[in-house]
Amino acid sequence: MLSLIKEMLSYPFLVRTFVVGILVCTCAALLGVSLVLKRYSMIGDGLSHVGFGALAVATALNRAPMAIAMPVVILTAFFLLRMSENGKLKGDSAVAMLSSSALAIGVMVMSFSNGMNIDVYNYMFGSILAVTRNDVIISVLLSLFVIVLYVVFYTKLFAVTFDETFAKATGTKAGLYNMLLALLTAVTIVVGMRLMGSLLISSLVIFPALTSMRLFKSFKAVVISSAVVSIVCFVVGISLSFLFSTPAGATVVCTNLAAYLLFCLLRISPTV
Amino acid sequence: MALIKCENVKLSYENKVVLEGLDFEVQSGDYLCIIGENGSGKSTLVKALLSLKSVDGGSITFGDGLKKTEIGYLPQQDGARKDFPASVGEVVLSGRLNKRGLRPFYSSEDKKAARSSMEQLGIWELRKKCFRELSGGQMQRVLLSRALLATSRLILLDEPVSGLDPVVTNEFYKLISELNKNGLTVIMVTHDISASLKYASHVLHLHSEKPFFGTKHDYSKCECCKEFIGGEEKCCH
Ligand SMILES: Nc1ncnc2c1ncn2[C@@H]1O[C@H](COP(=O)(O)OP(=O)(O)O)[C@@H](O)[C@H]1O
Ligand SMILES: [Mg+2]
Repeated sequence: MLSLIKEMLSYPFLVRTFVVGILVCTCAALLGVSLVLKRYSMIGDGLSHVGFGALAVATALNRAPMAIAMPVVILTAFFLLRMSENGKLKGDSAVAMLSSSALAIGVMVMSFSNGMNIDVYNYMFGSILAVTRNDVIISVLLSLFVIVLYVVFYTKLFAVTFDETFAKATGTKAGLYNMLLALLTAVTIVVGMRLMGSLLISSLVIFPALTSMRLFKSFKAVVISSAVVSIVCFVVGISLSFLFSTPAGATVVCTNLAAYLLFCLLRISPTV
Repeated sequence: MALIKCENVKLSYENKVVLEGLDFEVQSGDYLCIIGENGSGKSTLVKALLSLKSVDGGSITFGDGLKKTEIGYLPQQDGARKDFPASVGEVVLSGRLNKRGLRPFYSSEDKKAARSSMEQLGIWELRKKCFRELSGGQMQRVLLSRALLATSRLILLDEPVSGLDPVVTNEFYKLISELNKNGLTVIMVTHDISASLKYASHVLHLHSEKPFFGTKHDYSKCECCKEFIGGEEKCCH
């Protein structure tokens, strides 16, 4: 066990993966609780696909991927929020349409710019090797930004998640905090996309929250448990993927699935 | 000046008019009961008073320097939040949020206020319990506690006693009446006309042709409204 840890930490790219991954997992898990409870989880999914499209276009134009993807995804987040607030987002079909269009456009753009050494697979499913030193610095800063804002506005985010109408009625600017939630989600998804891939990042948002809600009954407990579950699943998943040479992103998602099933069992078992 | 003044208010959804030509005033310290059949627009009016819904005609004005952060609200129970993990303590404490401004977290003063409110309503023992696992009566008391923490001046209650047993209902009315005597302005939607006539100072009866607004004294004198009390509606004021 100890030698495995030692061996893994001797690879700089794995150390980078752990640093970025743990931070991104924490962000995704914290935000995920509110997104799932507000029935916004489709928005996370939509954003990751739009992010993929934006990354593809950025690479084709030979621009810094994050500099393009970040504003595009943030604007999309505000747009989707607007639509769902107006009640126009019925049945999530609009998000599904947006997702698949962005995905298709991304793939098209990539196929046109062939000679540019782009790997569609990397963008869709993520690549640990793609994490560079610069990526690490930007990702760490952005993740810390998300975590700090989440903690500072925790009480407000709880209020707009639990009962937006009451919050609005008693003078809390619910619209503003919904936008904060959308902004933080957008940032988390863009940061996490390189690592997990756009197809898998949204599962990092949804899974830990759903898992924790199986067992815990207060908001705070669910939030803390989500963060812990998310980090543990990430570390275990990456280690397994290193041991058995399986794809990193997919392994992490499978670990999350296993954790979910475990929590379901714990709930059924009479001792809890 | 009146705390709330409604002049010729019109409320509608898309192109369906719910209320029209509504005039009434609420003074500080009043206890107004809003009554009317299902679908007569009581909840819609409450939402308009809370600025959750826009007014399609006329105006609603707040006087006496009433601010949004001085309003408490107990929404009509609609069975939402069935799967929400939140403890009673968390829900009640969120009533203090509008006092915090941009400051993060709750202070020990907030927690003390929440504790005394929970003790007053007899739900302090439930504070660690999950909100969704409470009985209807316990849930109402938790939401009332939250609403009371959010306000010092005006509280709007939308059918607060629906689903409560008669004993709890009576306690509930007594408590509200007590708070009203201590200076809290109360606006309550209810189907319980006898209770309205017992505790309220004013009655607003929403009615498709012509709404009635006046003191409960005037209301109980109105012959036709008596028939509504008797169950048969044929109002003319
Ligand atoms: N969100 C909505 N969209 C469209 N119509 C609505 C909406 N909410 C309520 N209504 C309609 O407005 C009318 C008044 O509803 P409401 O204010 O809830 O009545 P009450 O609370 O008196 O039972 C009803 O006919 C209802 O169908
Ligand atoms: Mg109603």
